Amino acid sequence: MSFTVPDDCRYLDSHEWARQQNGTVRIGITDFAQDELGDVVFVELPREGDELEQGAEFGVIESIKAVSDLYAPVSGTVTATNETLIDDPELVNDDPFGDGWMLEVDLDDESELDELLSPEEYREQIE
Amino acid sequence: MSDDSPEIRYDQARWSDEDGYEPLLSEKNSREVDIETPLPDDLTRDSLELPDLSEPELARHYTRLSQMNYGVESGPFPLGSCTMKYNPKFTEDLAAHPSAAVHPDRPEETVQGTLALLGRTAEYLAEIGGMDDVTLQPPAGAAGEYTGVLIAKAYHEHNGDDRSEIIVPDSAHGTNFASAALAGFDVVELPSGEDGRVDLDALEEAISDETALLMLTNPNTLGLFERDIEEIAEMVHDAGGLLYYDGANLNALLGRARPGDMGFDIMHYNVHKTFATPHGGGGPGAGPVGVVEELTDFLPEPHVRKRGGGYELFEPERSIGKVHGFQGNWLVLIKTCAYIARLGDEGLRDASAKAVLNANYLAEQIDYEVPFGPFHHEFVASAGDQDAADVAKRMLDYGVHPPTTKWPEIVDEALMTEPTEIENKRTLDQLAAAFDAVADEDRETIEAAPERTSARRIDQVSAARSPQLSWQALENSE
Repeated sequence: MSFTVPDDCRYLDSHEWARQQNGTVRIGITDFAQDELGDVVFVELPREGDELEQGAEFGVIESIKAVSDLYAPVSGTVTATNETLIDDPELVNDDPFGDGWMLEVDLDDESELDELLSPEEYREQIE
Repeated sequence: MSDDSPEIRYDQARWSDEDGYEPLLSEKNSREVDIETPLPDDLTRDSLELPDLSEPELARHYTRLSQMNYGVESGPFPLGSCTMKYNPKFTEDLAAHPSAAVHPDRPEETVQGTLALLGRTAEYLAEIGGMDDVTLQPPAGAAGEYTGVLIAKAYHEHNGDDRSEIIVPDSAHGTNFASAALAGFDVVELPSGEDGRVDLDALEEAISDETALLMLTNPNTLGLFERDIEEIAEMVHDAGGLLYYDGANLNALLGRARPGDMGFDIMHYNVHKTFATPHGGGGPGAGPVGVVEELTDFLPEPHVRKRGGGYELFEPERSIGKVHGFQGNWLVLIKTCAYIARLGDEGLRDASAKAVLNANYLAEQIDYEVPFGPFHHEFVASAGDQDAADVAKRMLDYGVHPPTTKWPEIVDEALMTEPTEIENKRTLDQLAAAFDAVADEDRETIEAAPERTSARRIDQVSAARSPQLSWQALENSE
């Protein structure tokens, strides 16, 4: 099976993605991750204004099969959360890189993005 | 399938009408009943719709519900780490005896029989666990764990020793982590060694002067005996910590080995697992906690002790306080006491022997791969390429209850199986036949299962995404 790995994102080996767009960074989980998890039933996210630390837990995702921690690909301040996930957690399955996004973050240090896996490196990891 | 196959043929009853399953009593026939009450009008209704049925209708209703259920009185129920045992009926008779209905506030001198039974139950449990004293207060196994952790906390505090960490192996029951965290400790997770047991090097690294407690179950959740237990106890004690025994797997040791002799300081007993009292399901349970001499002053109150020719209730000197109302779940404790008294030393030894024999026999019989071993009272097989949850659903079609699935996580697609001592060889062979039948089936078949049960596969996704947790919510959603 082949999974979508967009070229405009950077990745954590724990299957979160980060995408720089319009001066902010969006965060979500990858296609591979949603497939592994199966039907997502609940997503717990931080609040606006909360601080993220790269590599640290920022939330919890629950599927029929498992409960997993979510890890922050970058450090920064949460400026928006995807509130539609409260009622429609299946968006994470349906569109993990689009409508299934989780957070928008005001980045502390742009160089942190360079520490993440490139799309090629992430593709290699999930193969 | 050949004629001499021990496989069970099974089709579960399914009672239903055009609206769905067997209706509720009030849906069958009901009648408005006028209500007169001294309570204010704005707080009461004038009438109430109550079921209006004959006795046979009522009897049939409950029989039908039971036919659409599966329990330990229907067939084998090898739910690992749960120890689903048949509960002997004589213990129910004793708990239902009119003299067991004692008001908990009656003066001590008028309830000496009750106190004597509680005292005797505590003595039995202390003897079985190798502990110096036992509280019967905690209302469940997890409540027992929490009580035990609070006792350890009170002990360290009393010694002016501020310790912040509790060590729990990765294969431990989830409640261990929860009990430790709820009591305010940081949980240090201990990775298992390659043989599925505690890795002494990892333990050495985890232990520090912050270690308040190490929580272990022995045999562990893989059904493996912690052979190094004496060394483990010494390491923890040398660092000033205490050792906690999770009694979930005590069934394997009954009458043969005692946690107290292994160096454990605190333990809880799951009387519903080891001593055949009913599993909760929301009902009352009991999770007595045993401690060594040094910790007896910290036990919850009220506590029972002998005085003169009788018994009294008292508050231990440094008691952690109350963990439950009155004298604990008394009716469950009657059943515990009765079971131990009926089996006696020899019976208890026989129970643990058969529990271990049955688990090892079944582990040998089934086609699924069984890593680790030899085992005590349970084993963990791997469903391999199959999904353990699908295997479980399919096993229902063969008239057996499936094992615990997907846990512990150290075995892929785990099938955690505990036949218990109650099954004979014929039933174990039927169980093995069910495992093997499913092992040979293709993905499509097991993903479509169950087919022969009253309810087919439940829509877990909808249930989790839009739960209806009351009848009002259900009606509103329709």
